[in-house]
Amino acid sequence: MDSLRIICPNGHLGFAPLKPGSFNLGVAAGPHYIGADSGSDDVGPVPLGSDTSTAPLAWQVHDLEHILLAARTHKVPMIIGSAGDTGADSRVDLYLGIIRDLAKKHALKPFRLGWYYSNVDKEVVRAAIRRGEAVEGLDGRDALTEAELDATDRIVAMAGVHPYIKLLEQGCDVIIGGRSSDCAVFAAPAIFSGFPEAHAYYLGKVLECASFCAEPYGAKETVLGEVSQHDVQVTAMHPDQRCTIASVAGHAMYERSNPYDEFVAGGRLDMRDCVYEQVSEKTTRITGQRFIPAPQFRVKLEGSGKVGERYVGLVGIRDPYSVKHVDRMIDWARAQVRERFGDDGYELHYTVYGRDGVMGAMEPLRDQPGHEVAVLVQGVAKDAHTAEEVALIGSRQLFYARLPEVKGTAGSVAFPLDEVMRASPAYRWTLNHTMAVPDGLALHPTFSEMVGA
Amino acid sequence: MTTLGELAKTVRSKNAGVDKITFDVIFRERETYERVTRSAVLTRASVAALFRIPESRLADFVNFAPGLAIKFTIYRERPSGSAGDPDIFGCQQYAPLLDVEVP
Repeated sequence: MDSLRIICPNGHLGFAPLKPGSFNLGVAAGPHYIGADSGSDDVGPVPLGSDTSTAPLAWQVHDLEHILLAARTHKVPMIIGSAGDTGADSRVDLYLGIIRDLAKKHALKPFRLGWYYSNVDKEVVRAAIRRGEAVEGLDGRDALTEAELDATDRIVAMAGVHPYIKLLEQGCDVIIGGRSSDCAVFAAPAIFSGFPEAHAYYLGKVLECASFCAEPYGAKETVLGEVSQHDVQVTAMHPDQRCTIASVAGHAMYERSNPYDEFVAGGRLDMRDCVYEQVSEKTTRITGQRFIPAPQFRVKLEGSGKVGERYVGLVGIRDPYSVKHVDRMIDWARAQVRERFGDDGYELHYTVYGRDGVMGAMEPLRDQPGHEVAVLVQGVAKDAHTAEEVALIGSRQLFYARLPEVKGTAGSVAFPLDEVMRASPAYRWTLNHTMAVPDGLALHPTFSEMVGA
Repeated sequence: MTTLGELAKTVRSKNAGVDKITFDVIFRERETYERVTRSAVLTRASVAALFRIPESRLADFVNFAPGLAIKFTIYRERPSGSAGDPDIFGCQQYAPLLDVEVP
């Protein structure tokens, strides 16, 4: 085989549906594989912690149905990574159920369905800590402590290409992956087919977000990547989109700290010496990428822990003096919560929209609030009753805030709602760490079965 | 005086993992990119001052010629999506860059 073609119809499958028009054009281009990543830590710690998806089931089914039918019709394998936003075991099982149901619904001919899991038992991590093998922090974090581990509800390990390759070796036609690096979904079949790691990982890097590597901007459209022994080429499938030097090089820096390094389990893709060439209107060619194997095999761990139940309140302020002195009103309300619950055992957060609601302390214009502001109040506590009361005191006492200079004495805030509302529980990212493992399969057991009539 | 908002094709911010937010300022033409990098209006010191943070919160700062882009990354004060974090995706933090004046 001189080259391998893979299409990617969607980045973060399920977060918004794929666009069938360009997907059908991609399928018609004759790919050897169809791949899509379905996960992201962008959605915050709640889905992993609470073992849920942010994507509605209907959208997940929509995309899996399009891809499965195209893949089985054309007899090309499909690979989905990081199932259901988090790649946790329950999300893999959810996608396996969808695939089995779709196979039955469409009476598909038998095919081999493969999958792997990514959840990591906390005791496995604890044992590593106790052996003195540091679970090292990423992005400035300290090494993991047992206390932080105890505060964690769920951990997934980020797979590289290894479990995918193992499932491809077993002849799987449909692969549902647990948590993995986005690029592994595409790099795995390229490496499995004998192409150089550097080009394989670059192929994955450029395809992972589908049409985000094309211009003009338009998400959820299909792109086609082609890898050879010498290069990677990427082509936009939507009639109005092109993969240009600027759009492809621009994508190399998307969502990462610097545009030169992509870290995966087992090594690093180095893009410092990449050369980009426009080879036709819709296609850009990339050469010069390198893959540097890691001296020690380490796997990234993501963990989320529950902080507590959460209620939110929302109030508006129009009095110009109150707008200017809203921090004094907040201080008053905080003091009332403190009087009731003391200094700890809860969290109380204020966000002042119209002043610095989006950027907080980084807002250069925070001393120039608008003529009206909205204050979002969040109360968090171990139990729902306390959380509700924290949010309620924190909101309602803004109404009674004592600013003697204010002319209006009948109430200091406008309520759009009289109550506070239950929100998703509060979680936090407890793990963004790496752990040494013997190999790329150590934390990712693989399975397969035949499906279909 | 021209602003970055007028000169750049793209000005954006986005999470880079759960602990960082990365900013991209991307230009259409090489000469515009070179004009802005030469002007040195965007440096580690200037973006730290613009966002009112100490330079120690800057994780990376790169002039990325192949992408005609200036890119820098900051550490978040708390991980994304912690209660009280108003921008879980980190995608609305770039606005102050639009008004930076370029000689």
